[in-house]
Amino acid sequence: MAGTARVDNAQLAEVFLAEVLATPAGEKVKTCLQCGTCSASCPTSYAMEHTPRQVIAFFRAGLLAEALRSNTVWLCASCYSCTVRCPAGIKLTEVMYELKRLGTKYGLTPPGESLPALSKAFVHSVDNYGRNFETGMMVEYTLRTGPLGGVKLLPFALKMLRLGRLKLRPETIAGVADVRSMVQVLEQEREAQ
Amino acid sequence: MRYTFYPGCALGASGVPYGKSARAVCDKLGVELADLPDWNCCGATAYMSVWQDRSLTISSRNLALAEQQGGDLVVVCSGCYCVLNKANQYLAESPDLRETVSRALAVVGLAYHGTVKVRHLVDVLVNDVGADRLRAAVTNKLTGLKVAPYSGCQLSRPFGGFDDPEIPRVLDEIVAATGATVVDYPVKARCCGGMLMTTRTEVTETLVGQLLACARDRGADCIVTACPLCQVNLECYQGQVSAALKRDLRMPVLTFTQLLGAAYGLPGDQLGLDQMMVPVAQLFEPRPRAEARAAS
Repeated sequence: MAGTARVDNAQLAEVFLAEVLATPAGEKVKTCLQCGTCSASCPTSYAMEHTPRQVIAFFRAGLLAEALRSNTVWLCASCYSCTVRCPAGIKLTEVMYELKRLGTKYGLTPPGESLPALSKAFVHSVDNYGRNFETGMMVEYTLRTGPLGGVKLLPFALKMLRLGRLKLRPETIAGVADVRSMVQVLEQEREAQ
Repeated sequence: MRYTFYPGCALGASGVPYGKSARAVCDKLGVELADLPDWNCCGATAYMSVWQDRSLTISSRNLALAEQQGGDLVVVCSGCYCVLNKANQYLAESPDLRETVSRALAVVGLAYHGTVKVRHLVDVLVNDVGADRLRAAVTNKLTGLKVAPYSGCQLSRPFGGFDDPEIPRVLDEIVAATGATVVDYPVKARCCGGMLMTTRTEVTETLVGQLLACARDRGADCIVTACPLCQVNLECYQGQVSAALKRDLRMPVLTFTQLLGAAYGLPGDQLGLDQMMVPVAQLFEPRPRAEARAAS
């Protein structure tokens, strides 16, 4: 999936707009007035290479790939401060989610960005058990991103285990086959398109 | 009072104390929580970051199952609260998505008609049970204990219609009902960093550090949260956060259900008070808190 599909900026903008427009109030993204309320409200914008406002400007300038290769969208914690404050009614958190999905799909991420790996480990856990098995997810994430992170996490994990707050075995729901069948329907429809 | 209960994945592991205490407190208040049979992951943040349609579809399986039970669906995780409400909204407002999800649900013999109301336990306790009853059940008044109420993000944004998205107040009412002092905590709706604690540790240490520092500066004895992820972020990394911000930021961080349970005199093991990374027992010792402070 990641890195397998090649895409240029024009295609990226087209897919982005189509996906955003398919969500409730998605058309508002066209009405951004570049006021910067989102950037001023964002708790992580201080660490971003480009602010959330600038990401919209990048989109308008046809430079979405460049925006995705910066750290900006990967620093969005989904706190929805921008969404509730945007005077144009843009659901900027959803826009950020869409950009994360595009970056993951096309392998457009800054060097060393590990959010796609975490997300994929999370999805695998849900595919396998129907629920997120935290321990399994973190093991897979560590395997994908390098063992050093796992070594760092070990004391934390052992402490949580001793406190009865870490599970060593997953719990599989009875309807896990149903969850997989539902996902399969969506994937088949996606392929048919 | 009977509700269908959606525990969410965190309650099976890192959120065990939250789950225990939520059940114990509801039991005490006569609020019946009947677990949603065979619930699955809500499709939260990490899932939504890869697949939107799949996230909303698996979320809808929970809503369809809850609809069969009837009544409101109660959650204790702000992430689940946000995603399940989002699924409800998207299905109501996007006919295309509704059709896609309906086709997927039909394959497993389910249908969803959009009638389930998703509610956070904070909302249920304050608006259905009511502050009077929350207060009446108190046997161990937490007089003198200073509590910083931390609502976080997704309890009131963007779906928490029961509270203000900028300055949430409903959690304060629960703290006040215990007899504890509600600390004025201006960062109560600022983000804890969520799952960025794993992928962008240095940024999240700063966010968590600011939340802990503000609570200490305001003289709080502890912080109370309403989300299992906020709880873990605020409680479980205090060593590294203190090192990163070069300041001792250690402080007990409980869930609001643990605080209520302590005020109701419930045994610590029923509330998971013995499972905390930062010890909390001293907060609830029958010590003359107010007197001790007045004398010092």
